[in-house]
Amino acid sequence: MQVFPFLVVAWIVAVGLYGLITSRDLIHQIVCLIVVQSSTYVLLLAVGYVTGGVAPYFFDISPHAKAVDPVVQALALTDVVVEAAVTALLLSFAIQAHKRFGTLDPHALAELKG
Amino acid sequence: MTPRQRRWLFAIAAAGLVACYLWAFSGLPGFGNYPGPYGQAILNHAIAQTNATGVVSAINFEYRGFDTVGEEFILFTAAAGMSVVLRRLRGERQGGTPSAEDAANRQVPATSSAVRVVSLLLVGPTAVIGWWLATHAQANPSGGFQGGVILATAFFLVYLSGEFIVFRRLSPVALLDAAEAVGAGGFAAVGVTALAMSLPYLYNYLPLGTIPGAVSSSGTIALISFLVGIEVAAAFVLIIGELLEQTLLRREESS
Repeated sequence: MQVFPFLVVAWIVAVGLYGLITSRDLIHQIVCLIVVQSSTYVLLLAVGYVTGGVAPYFFDISPHAKAVDPVVQALALTDVVVEAAVTALLLSFAIQAHKRFGTLDPHALAELKG
Repeated sequence: MTPRQRRWLFAIAAAGLVACYLWAFSGLPGFGNYPGPYGQAILNHAIAQTNATGVVSAINFEYRGFDTVGEEFILFTAAAGMSVVLRRLRGERQGGTPSAEDAANRQVPATSSAVRVVSLLLVGPTAVIGWWLATHAQANPSGGFQGGVILATAFFLVYLSGEFIVFRRLSPVALLDAAEAVGAGGFAAVGVTALAMSLPYLYNYLPLGTIPGAVSSSGTIALISFLVGIEVAAAFVLIIGELLEQTLLRREESS
């Protein structure tokens, strides 16, 4: 069971990468990229987990309670926001590509631009 | 390169990735035995030092506040970048190609009354929850990032329950730009103010309050979280509005 969370991470990366490679649609590719990136949340939270630890919030529990690592949680939070912003930017690129070339197929785009 | 060749190339690269992955993970401490000393050190001192019971917020807005400034400006830049990328180019014509025309002429079903009523009902609670999250970073699993996104959702619900015009009237671009600037600039200004007081950048110079986790506690953590909330909400409303405008632009030009 000790390696199970890490296998989940590997699986999410693999699924997302496969989608990225085989996709014929820019929007679908962006979604695949989100899938790849979401593996980092699982990885960060899995790495920082401490057996029997609580969430690092001490509003109504003893400040000395054993807690999971808060630094990786802060990183995961950062990760989510950056991903949302980057996704929005990528989607706007897809819109422009569709406006210019009338297609979202990355292969056709490569042909058009040479 | 044909799709077949691509897949072969991917298979080779994936095999290498799997090998490196296994190698890396064999050296990791087992799940649940994280030995990192940094997190533990912060856990031991955060509440005494900052009066914030939400240690993740204390890290985001104080211990690693410098990183969060950078992160916030990523969001700022992305929103600005979107406006630039999606601006209307001179002489730009829509629907030049068949597929673009198909996309523009696609029949969009009218919003049903059920959606309108439910989203209208949700606007108030969503705005309250967003505001609450943005102002309680010091106490609970909340903070400006989460709160800001939920505040932006409230505006999006307005769009769902009404029309784009209402959405725009509630969130004029000039106001959004100003809010974004205040949020992002305010964060940096809080840091620079510390310099003016000959303290380190982003030093927590405000009174920390007496009760850990209270709204009045934790000094700059609460203030910065609120500023981040404004910036994130403005950025996301801007992004959503920008994308909606694209849809409307296409629909109106095709009609």
